[in-house]
Amino acid sequence: MVNNIELKPASEFITENMPERYIYDLSAGDHEIAISTKDLQVSYGQNLALSEGDLSFERYKITSLIGASGSGKSTFLRSLNRMNDSVATVKGNIMYRGVDINTKAIDVYEMRRHIGMVFQRPNPFAKSIYNNITFALTQRGQYTKQELDEIVETSLKQAALWDQVKDELDKSALALSGGQAQRLVIARALALKPDILLLDEPSSALDPISSAQVEDTLLKLKDQYTIIIVTHNMQQAARISDYTAFFHMGKVIEYDLTRKIFTRPKVALTNDYISGNFG
Amino acid sequence: MDNITQKLMQKSESTKKDSLGRAVSLAALSLIVIVVISIFAFVMSRGLSTFFHDGVHVKDFLFGSTWNPSVVNPQTKQPYIGALPMIFGSFLVTFLAAIVATPFAIGTSLFMTEIAQKRGTKIMQPIIELLVGIPSVVYGFIGLTVVVPFIRSVFGGSGFGILSGTIVLFVMVLPTITSMTVDTLKSVPRHYRESALAIGATRWQMIYKVVLRAATPGILTAIVFGMARAFGEALAVQMVIGNAALMPHNLTSPASTLTSILTMGIGNTVMGSLQNDVLWTLAMILLLMSLVFNLVVRAIGRRGEMK
Amino acid sequence: MNAKRADKIATGVIYAISGIVALILIAMLAFILIRGVPNLSWHFLTSPARAFEAGGGIGIQLFNSFYLLILAMIISFPIALGAAIYLNEYSKKGKFTTVVRTAIEILSSLPSVVVGLFGFLIFVVQFHLGFSILSGAIALTFFNLPLLTRSIETSLAQIPNLQREAGSALGLSRWETVIHIILPAAVPSIVTGVVLSAGRVFGEAAALIYTAGQSAPALNFADWNPFNISSPLNPMRPAETLAVHIWKINSEGIMPDANAVSAGASAVLIIVVLLFNLSARKIGAQLYKKLTSA
Repeated sequence: MVNNIELKPASEFITENMPERYIYDLSAGDHEIAISTKDLQVSYGQNLALSEGDLSFERYKITSLIGASGSGKSTFLRSLNRMNDSVATVKGNIMYRGVDINTKAIDVYEMRRHIGMVFQRPNPFAKSIYNNITFALTQRGQYTKQELDEIVETSLKQAALWDQVKDELDKSALALSGGQAQRLVIARALALKPDILLLDEPSSALDPISSAQVEDTLLKLKDQYTIIIVTHNMQQAARISDYTAFFHMGKVIEYDLTRKIFTRPKVALTNDYISGNFG
Repeated sequence: MDNITQKLMQKSESTKKDSLGRAVSLAALSLIVIVVISIFAFVMSRGLSTFFHDGVHVKDFLFGSTWNPSVVNPQTKQPYIGALPMIFGSFLVTFLAAIVATPFAIGTSLFMTEIAQKRGTKIMQPIIELLVGIPSVVYGFIGLTVVVPFIRSVFGGSGFGILSGTIVLFVMVLPTITSMTVDTLKSVPRHYRESALAIGATRWQMIYKVVLRAATPGILTAIVFGMARAFGEALAVQMVIGNAALMPHNLTSPASTLTSILTMGIGNTVMGSLQNDVLWTLAMILLLMSLVFNLVVRAIGRRGEMK
Repeated sequence: MNAKRADKIATGVIYAISGIVALILIAMLAFILIRGVPNLSWHFLTSPARAFEAGGGIGIQLFNSFYLLILAMIISFPIALGAAIYLNEYSKKGKFTTVVRTAIEILSSLPSVVVGLFGFLIFVVQFHLGFSILSGAIALTFFNLPLLTRSIETSLAQIPNLQREAGSALGLSRWETVIHIILPAAVPSIVTGVVLSAGRVFGEAAALIYTAGQSAPALNFADWNPFNISSPLNPMRPAETLAVHIWKINSEGIMPDANAVSAGASAVLIIVVLLFNLSARKIGAQLYKKLTSA
């Protein structure tokens, strides 16, 4: 279901005594937490890209991370499944299934099978559509042809691509259009049956129609997956997400239910951003 | 702890494969480094034994002009091991070849990048690539059957000598210098050219005052690379230079280079003898010179960066 | 002299220079082909050389050249591939990488005669391998490694990082990503590099005269057991290659028809090398097409 939130003009809300930060406390209520961070700090060399990022994400919900470029939202997302390991120093805890996954003891490759990621630009492998989906599976386990066929079909259906490609599964994935390729990449991630799906501006490189298809796909997926999505498109965040976190200069400024953030933000800075005063 | 949590804490198949693959590829890389180090260690140790084991003076070796290691000078009780003729010969053909080749290389590169970009590249690029591809013995054979008789008929004598060597090397280093000069010229930013033309410079003024000036470090690097190739080239030169270990009195008298004496001699001497050791010393000079060329290229690169 | 005139003259000079360079190549190719091709015959290409009389062929040398090329490639490709993978996929900026890159650069600029002499010293003399195909193949490997490594590294570097990220995000290790995703995508350009380097190796002589040797003993082309001394596959036999043969008969010159044989052999050498060079990019492009369309 699509949220029906109208973005309101800014001036209505500006009041005296607005707080500087507001983080909705998920642990207080009856929420099942899929993944959470504590004291997360990310630096590229001497450059601190993210200084305060304490967030919890509810299971089977879509959470949007918004903010201007350079605000630290992508850095935060990429740290969640440790894609930043090779380029940055990541300090702090990332709690997943009761363990801190930001430690040496954790096998990152195993972890990323449970916390998958989709990137801004579609990046299918130079393989057939079929093999794009089965490749990571067959690397690590024994599957019969029938099992693989089933997984390919289900994940392509989940990604709303099955009807378009079911007759050409042997075709090179490089021949797909941008929107199709992005949905293939989502299907590829789903094939591993992850718990959590991280998406880094998944539709920003796509045309509006493909972008809408990707959004539809995500909404359908939320029954089975916890989704965290970075987007610079506020309409998109408002349409699809249950929670929204607003990042600014390496800090989480406001985190709340999406309908609250976009109708009645508690922090003035958030209000400025969503009403288009900067960014 | 559930099953997944447990799996998270174990080394996965992927991790194991990665450690193994990383180790194997590192081993391959280290092998190359070991080869380079051994080449230096072995050639240097053989080359230095001329001085340490056979007691030859460095000065006599570098500056003596008589080469006949199997004959002992009755006065000094030392064999004739003056390597100056070969050292001189090597440097002479290298410099001459570079001097002749440079204008041709620059001219051709300008043709490809400034004068007739599309057509020039289309025609000249394959020509340069073909010239690079021709094996050096073929250059030597052409030198022997075309250049040497030609020199003989024009200048008299045998036709073998520095001049023939220079001509063969000129053609051999030409593609090296040209292709690198083309790369340098291409890397000169467009707007340099546009601003020169905009203030009314002719194309030649633009080339001469702006493009070539900006590309100077790159062109020098290209020339040094060409010289390194010429200095180390063995067979083609050996086939046309005459291989007489004598100081050349003119450009058409038989002469020799380090490589030519080395290739002719190493099979005819006994390992460990002085006659053999001095040849290894020649090889050592080749090795050190290629290091020097490398250092020069780096120095040019560094000065180019500072500007 | 005014600027316009200088411009015209300079342009003329540049045209002339380029014309001369083109002419040099055309003249050389024409010379080799016109002189050499009439000597080519099935007999010439298949029969053994004769040292003191006319009418010999280059059969054994031709076989040796290809055999050495294949052996050298079999040895050098995995090493170059491993080194290139480490350099492009694993190494971080630092002292070690700088040292390694410098070493590779130095190796690529060493005169091939020095590389050959090193091979002679270590393998022929120290290890008692004698003048042999094996010694020659190892020397060619040393000669080939730096350029092949660099060309494979460039091929790997051309594959966008998106592909590496895609692999990581699916829980594949760097190694699995490289082997199953990056390498297959880089195959067309790697093949181009390998074929180009094959052309270089095929024409190389200086590294071989003291490693693979300068003699071509008679071979029994019916015996393919590599342990028999007269078998073409025996890696311990001396093996003069085509390029070495050309050098040899021109430096010693006891063969009465040395000139005709050299011309013929040079023509064969050039034709093979040109075929390598011309086909390199074609094969690469073909593979790329196959990869992206199928």
